[in-house]
Amino acid sequence: MASTEDFTMVADWATDFDHADPQYNRNAHAIWAELRGTCPVAHSDRYGGTWLPTTHEYVREIAYDTENFTSRGVVVEKGLPLEPAPIGGAPPITSDPPFHIEARKLLLPPFAPKKIEPWEPEIRKLCNGLLDAMVDNVAQGKPIDAAADYAKRIPVNVIARMLGFPLKDEELFLEFVHNVLEGIDDEPEIRIEKFERLIQYVIAQIEDHHASPRDDLTSYLMSVELFGSKLSVEHVGGSIILLLIAGIDTTWSAIGSSLWHLATHHEDLARLVADPSLIPTAVEEFLRVYAPVTMARLVAKDHDFHGCPMKVDDWVLLPFPAANLDPLVFPDADKVLIDRTENRHSAFGLGIHRCLGSNLARLELTVAIQEFIARFPSFEIAGTEDDVVWSVGQIRGPREMPIRVIDNQI
Amino acid sequence: MAVSGIVILMQIHVDAEKCQGHNRCYALAPELFDVDDYGNAVVIGDGSVPPELEDRARLALANCPEFAITILE
Ligand code: HEM
Ligand code: SF4
Repeated sequence: MASTEDFTMVADWATDFDHADPQYNRNAHAIWAELRGTCPVAHSDRYGGTWLPTTHEYVREIAYDTENFTSRGVVVEKGLPLEPAPIGGAPPITSDPPFHIEARKLLLPPFAPKKIEPWEPEIRKLCNGLLDAMVDNVAQGKPIDAAADYAKRIPVNVIARMLGFPLKDEELFLEFVHNVLEGIDDEPEIRIEKFERLIQYVIAQIEDHHASPRDDLTSYLMSVELFGSKLSVEHVGGSIILLLIAGIDTTWSAIGSSLWHLATHHEDLARLVADPSLIPTAVEEFLRVYAPVTMARLVAKDHDFHGCPMKVDDWVLLPFPAANLDPLVFPDADKVLIDRTENRHSAFGLGIHRCLGSNLARLELTVAIQEFIARFPSFEIAGTEDDVVWSVGQIRGPREMPIRVIDNQI
Repeated sequence: MAVSGIVILMQIHVDAEKCQGHNRCYALAPELFDVDDYGNAVVIGDGSVPPELEDRARLALANCPEFAITILE
């Protein structure tokens, strides 16, 4: 199979799509719109067989159907995950019922709204520190990178502090995340080798916490009990890896896409600068339109899905972003309306796997936008759209985004 | 429906089976919804909505991704 799966450019998105094609994320909205109208469950032979539903109804149906679809695999790759259901390699995201809720219940309390709210001043301080570091370049009329030097730095710092990991290792975390989420075209052996480095790093941190427990998420996970006993090292490590992987690229992408929108829609930027109380509403609209996360499932049983013959171990992409753009559910779905008040979007998923970090992600996103536009009330992309580098794979957002601040009085 | 004096108040309800803790209701109408230690929503009091908060209740309903909120008028 290797020869057919080697990366080749996609010619027809309905029959041969590949979400690792750089054109996919760049043109995602147009591709989904076309597929939704012509072929709402597309199929491709790549990755051993992959399905791509694009309507809200189908995405929702699959998210709720944990019988026919397993979360054992949530990142489409060339090999299949080694760990079996219902636990999987990184509980709870890779877990199915009935185990899933048990693992999820351990992580829900530290991420509940009232535990996350106190982080607000810290996040505000962090954003301002990053903005301070940009002031010199701005004063000299040089571009700043709002994706790599701002959006990216916020979630990595926050999650490292929550886990109680050394902040000097931030670059390393970013590399780990990149390997898992964007290295999807690597051969399975290479992926496993890279993953092994991440596992070893996390085990070393667990040992360090074993020697000196502290008030952080790592020590918390090492102390809680499930079915009357402490969690296995594999479970603790898997959950830590999940928190590292799930929280960084996603939030980075959401902040980056929101700033991209404001850099390219000056009327919206001016409106938010004039009326910051609209920011929380606008953030929900950015989450809807630029939802960064497409999940995946593996087919658990051979079955017919609305006429599509799904086979065990076929991959199914679960594009919550495409569901958010379905005109049957959202009036003017393709328009970005920053004052849209009725917004039942599914950027954080639907059903039992609803993003555990959604309260934290919303806080980081809101504060990041508030502080950025308060400091730089007018800005645009420096250069052309081609100077913006978009991610590859299931998490969609700008990775590099040169910004020129306009007429800033600092 | 709850009766307060002669006014019949709007009544909100959260289906605990459907609620996944997206927390939209608590963000949009904290006077009507609270969250428990797991981040799942609960209605405050007996779920009666004073007339001046009816719009907020409808707003929360319209933003719940899981269709977990219902309103009785
Ligand atoms: C804007 C940023 C984010 C977006 C759009 C996002 C999106 C998602 C989505 C769509 C899911 C559902 C997965 C599925 O159905 O299989 C999910 C799950 C999850 N997310 Fe997020 N996420 C974000 C940020 C975060 C952050 C900051 C954290 C934690 C630090 C986090 C932790 C998790 C975890 C632990 C799960 C698994 C929950 C479960 O399986 O029960 N996420 N996320
Ligand atoms: S918005 Fe819906 S899913 Fe979210 S907490 Fe409220 S009732 Fe639950």
